[in-house]
Amino acid sequence: MTTIRIDGREWPTRPGINLLQACLEAGANLPYFCWHPELGSVGACRQCAVRQFSGPDDRTGRLVMACMTPVSDGAIIAIEDAQARAFREGVIEWMMVNHPHDCPVCEEGGECHLQDMTVMTGHNQRRYRFTKRTHRNQDLGPFVKHEMNRCIACYRCVRFYRDYAGGDDLAAFASHDSVYFGRAEDGALQNAFSGNLVEICPTGVFTDKPFSGVYTRKWDLRGAPSVCVHCAVGCNIIVNAREESVRRIVNRYNAAVNRYMLCDRGRFGHGFVNADSRIRMPMRSIDGHPAPVPTRDAVMQFARMAADGPVVGIASPRASMETCFSLRALVGEARFSTGQTQVEQACGQLACTLLRQHPGVIPSLHEMESADGVLVLGEDVCATAPRLGLSLRQSVRQPSFPMADAAKVPRWMDAAVRTIGCDAPSGLFILTPAPTDLDPVAAQCFRAVPDDIARIGFAIAHRIDPSAPTVTDLTDEQVRLVEHAAATLLAAKKPLVVSGMQYGSPALMRAAAAIASALARTIPASGLSLVLPECNSMGLALLGGLTLEAVMAQARAGKIATLVIAENDLTRRLSPAAVVELLEAVPNIVIIDHTDTPPCRDATLVLPAAAFSECSGTLVSQEGRAQRFFQAVYPPQPIRAGWRWMQALARAQGCVNVQAAARIQATGLTTWQGLDDVIAALGRACPILAGMVDAAPGADYRIDGQKLRSQTYRASGRTVIRSHISVRDQPPPGSPDTPFSSSMEGAYTPDMPPSLVPGYQVPSWNSVQSLNRFQHEIGGDMRGGISGVRLFPAPDATDHPTHPCATDIPAAFARAEDSVLVLPDTRLFGSEELSMLSPPVAARATPPTLRVPTGAAGPAHMTLHLPDGAHTLPVEPLAGLPDGVVLCPSHMVSPAFMFPCMARITPAGEAT
Amino acid sequence: MTPLPLAPIVLTPLVVLALATVLTWVERRLLGLWQDRYGPNRVGPGGMFQAVADGIKLLFKQDWVPPFADRGVFVLAPAIGMMTVLLSFAVIPLAAGGIAGGLNVGLLFILAMMGLGVYAVVLAGWASDSKYALLGGMRAAAQMISYEVFMALSLLGVVMVAGSFSLRDIVAAQSGLWFIIPQGLGFVVFLLAGIAETHRLPFDLPEGENELGAGFHTEYSGMKFGMFFIAEYAGIVLVSALATTLYLGGGNGLLLPAPVWFALKTGVIVAFFILLRAGLPRPRYDQLMGLGWKVLLPLSLLNVLATGTVMMLRAS
Amino acid sequence: MLDTLRTLLLTFLHGFHRRATVQYPEQQPYLPPRYRGRIILSRDPDGGERCVACNLCAVACPVDCISLQKTERDGRWYPDYFRINFSRCIFCGFCEEACPTYAIQLTPDFEMGEYARPNLVYEKEDLLISGTGKYPGYSFHHVAGVPIPGKDRGASEHERAPIDLHSLLP
Repeated sequence: MTTIRIDGREWPTRPGINLLQACLEAGANLPYFCWHPELGSVGACRQCAVRQFSGPDDRTGRLVMACMTPVSDGAIIAIEDAQARAFREGVIEWMMVNHPHDCPVCEEGGECHLQDMTVMTGHNQRRYRFTKRTHRNQDLGPFVKHEMNRCIACYRCVRFYRDYAGGDDLAAFASHDSVYFGRAEDGALQNAFSGNLVEICPTGVFTDKPFSGVYTRKWDLRGAPSVCVHCAVGCNIIVNAREESVRRIVNRYNAAVNRYMLCDRGRFGHGFVNADSRIRMPMRSIDGHPAPVPTRDAVMQFARMAADGPVVGIASPRASMETCFSLRALVGEARFSTGQTQVEQACGQLACTLLRQHPGVIPSLHEMESADGVLVLGEDVCATAPRLGLSLRQSVRQPSFPMADAAKVPRWMDAAVRTIGCDAPSGLFILTPAPTDLDPVAAQCFRAVPDDIARIGFAIAHRIDPSAPTVTDLTDEQVRLVEHAAATLLAAKKPLVVSGMQYGSPALMRAAAAIASALARTIPASGLSLVLPECNSMGLALLGGLTLEAVMAQARAGKIATLVIAENDLTRRLSPAAVVELLEAVPNIVIIDHTDTPPCRDATLVLPAAAFSECSGTLVSQEGRAQRFFQAVYPPQPIRAGWRWMQALARAQGCVNVQAAARIQATGLTTWQGLDDVIAALGRACPILAGMVDAAPGADYRIDGQKLRSQTYRASGRTVIRSHISVRDQPPPGSPDTPFSSSMEGAYTPDMPPSLVPGYQVPSWNSVQSLNRFQHEIGGDMRGGISGVRLFPAPDATDHPTHPCATDIPAAFARAEDSVLVLPDTRLFGSEELSMLSPPVAARATPPTLRVPTGAAGPAHMTLHLPDGAHTLPVEPLAGLPDGVVLCPSHMVSPAFMFPCMARITPAGEAT
Repeated sequence: MTPLPLAPIVLTPLVVLALATVLTWVERRLLGLWQDRYGPNRVGPGGMFQAVADGIKLLFKQDWVPPFADRGVFVLAPAIGMMTVLLSFAVIPLAAGGIAGGLNVGLLFILAMMGLGVYAVVLAGWASDSKYALLGGMRAAAQMISYEVFMALSLLGVVMVAGSFSLRDIVAAQSGLWFIIPQGLGFVVFLLAGIAETHRLPFDLPEGENELGAGFHTEYSGMKFGMFFIAEYAGIVLVSALATTLYLGGGNGLLLPAPVWFALKTGVIVAFFILLRAGLPRPRYDQLMGLGWKVLLPLSLLNVLATGTVMMLRAS
Repeated sequence: MLDTLRTLLLTFLHGFHRRATVQYPEQQPYLPPRYRGRIILSRDPDGGERCVACNLCAVACPVDCISLQKTERDGRWYPDYFRINFSRCIFCGFCEEACPTYAIQLTPDFEMGEYARPNLVYEKEDLLISGTGKYPGYSFHHVAGVPIPGKDRGASEHERAPIDLHSLLP
């Protein structure tokens, strides 16, 4: 074991890290700026100086930068050394020479790393009497606010933005005192991860712009651990709220999933919970007009409806497991629909089956970062699962590490490793119909329609494992690609195949699974990852149910008296004609949702459900990881969690319908007391989901006999914040479904389970950098264990199933003369339903355009004749798009997700 | 059978109650005077109506009985306290007569009433079912029963000299020399015992607020508390009137009519009671009991002995 | 024994001393300017609100009786609402000590009795005065480096004009 001596005390540590990490892991307070666990060391800020001695007899020693010095066994260093302290204080003083006197009006104040470090070094008196340099700021778009005066030139921002996230529109300008970090000109930061600058910047240069509009100091924010609902990756987040409104989203470290970074959609997409589009009262249709009614009336209304005849439930992939399951308990398994179309459900179920049968590994995002051969098969991950795309971007660096090792450069020595690896070959292959953001770092990109990509995929599988079926009629270029990709994957230690259901193509996913399982025969670490569209798509695939088409058929046959729709906007899945037909065929429509969707206008009854920030529940991510989100906001009374509405409806129904009452009784729906009861019942009903119980500790979890506090110990305004309503003190709201107290009273420790961490703060470390204290090893697991639970068990290595459905190779795409193949143009901002209700995300969404191959570009506007009608759109030529294909933004033009399809396209204004 | 003196029967309790009420204000003004303050001086001229304001406040307070209390006894206790004090006044020869000033065992009657007064405090403490009240009640019982002994013994001297238990006779016996001269020692013992009997400062251990909340009446509020309060002040008046009667010659005096003399003398003793409160700290409980049994008991016995000896010598 | 009597004598003699009580409503006591009474919010010399909604008073308050919400107009931070519950306030003055802009100040006025507790909840309109209070000359925005209307970037005290990034000079 490696030990080092810090200030005369022995500390166990581990080789391969630098002294700064070792000191921080030992719990020492050593200031630093430019080092970041994910960005490595560059030694730019000179802040982490310590005195190192060459041996026990060395009394002189020398000052070294801890972040640039590798740990060696028996190293002797002194942090609390007078010379080192003076050095560090001097460095801070130089930084503060130009730092403005504006902490009171700085959004970083109170969670500022620079404030913490200044206090830590002891610099408290300004001696410099001359003028400060100033800078003009830029407008960096709706997400990030810029204030360059505060910059201390640690270079973290450009290192993250350019080196880590692959952005190219943020750079360092000018020199010495004048150094400036910004864009060449004003404009929105284009990278999908620009929001992380807020957490990366150690001071207030980059701050959260939407948060500034509803600004609250960190100490006043109530925190709740939560899970992002804007895609299926399942990034861990902390929801910060005050005065019963969500103020911001920050990253919650999960060593296996999102680690230190979130995408902008997740960070800024929460605005829908505070939006005007929220449903806040039960609404009942009276003479065709929705009118607010008391909860009791609404529930009794449902009881009367339920007496009319069969009740069918439609769940949603954006609703929590608990809501979906309680709906199933309410209506019965035979009348429960997943709320997905045939295509979507088939793809989801297929993805679930393929992943569960995969003999290799299903890698987490962190494991993907160390994949050294990656094949992306027909999925623009940067739009559908942005955080996964960022992990793939890191995987490209893998080949440079052996080179750095050979040159004896430690891997954390970031600038040096990047320089050494600048010519290293990339192991990333991207086969998609349209360009993706990862193209610049890929070894090879190939543009083709989904069916052709699937054929290439099967060909690669055959090339790796000759027992797989062959694909004939490939072009020479395709054959070369197959050879190259297969060779790279076979040479890799951790190959990875990524695909997904963006293009609604089961063949793509089958091809990906075929490659991955072929690789698994020789490389056990062969990974398969399939991207699903929504936050609980995988959970719903595990739960199962009818498709929307089956519900339509029942409705047409007049077998449905009442339809209960939970958190599902049917207009995004069914064509307008189908929606009208369904609404007319069913006499009673009950919609339980948090957001006012178009079908709510025609619903008989609309009930206000709690959004993810207002209730607790579980989501299953695309890798089969069940993760719990917790309540951060205590909404006013009629708003309640989806499953509590189901329970209310079941109780009302039980009063009038004895038969239904007996059936519901058997499910236990009416007897559930809290969330834990729902999860336990869910585990009994669906054994595959039984592991969900362990996603997070239950509501009775206590630390030292105490609940956990969700506010900071220094939350302000307790006796006044409500006094304009009533001057009497109110008890803090109860949170029966969670182990949290809603106040500042309760336990909080760095050892708490990571699924219950409401925020990061330790004494002397008020910024997000305090996270270091919550980790066993920096960048490793949290001290309290891991967050969430994987539902798919690790595969049995000896078990090699035959290639699932491997014979199903599609035919090559043939261009039709009179029509084009319309593919969905999934966009980071615009395609996802809820984030578009968030003003900053809506501001970043560009208007829909029809993207056509460069050769086909003619008139400025063209009309696309889709089954639901003609849509005229501006045309945007896109280089690399295969002939005969156009890209149409999904959900922005035609609300329903019905691509790919063949459609006619004509110049705008021309008669059809 | 003499006809009942209706006027004194109606008037005496009214006068006593009025006196006790005014005394609450007088006490606060005097305490203020001796502590360089003003005391209540806002309600009415010089704050005279403060007592009325307090009375109104007490009357309108919620008449609350703690749910854990023994309700019947809880209500009875303050009534006992009030009754015993008022009954004692029946035998005080306020002027020449009084209600039953001629009662030949008047002094014994007063002692009996004072003995009964213990019940008020003990029962209040017990019925409240609260630890502070109970402790207060226990202290009061021990203290009052003990000091009753010395009080009775100290009075024995007066009775021996006057040769009667009738207060009117005792007053008459002092037409020459007030008994304070021959019975000085008895007077001191009687005053100390009187303070303890009425549990006034500095001997107010049963309600020592810094250790027992408010002692036996912790749980009382509203007019039931008011009755204890008034009974305490009526008790002061009673003890003062008794001291006047027994030692200061009652209404005897030059020039002025007897009731005025009586009021003046009583007033001085009342003022002295208040001065004690203004000036002295509260002793410890064991010091209080020690003082009683180790000092006052021998002193009062000595007084009886000496008085008896002198009388025997005179008689012989 | 004699001590007791002496005590009584001395106490009695106090009856002839002058009384220390100030007869308050008729006789107004002198309150020094730094007396800690009713809290006010002051304004800059240029008439703008001094409070920049930094929340430091709220967090310094030991009884948590201050609450506010930040908003922004023309780059200047303001409190959207600023509420003090005087039925909780203990007049400790920590808020004044914490305030970086001299906005929140305690004044020599304590006569704020009310018959209804809700009347002791003061909003920004009730707290804001039109003057500068105890600190006449100070303007936070001329010390801090943020530009406000009428003061461009680089025009605060101890500031240079903004860097011209296009200059090639070192």
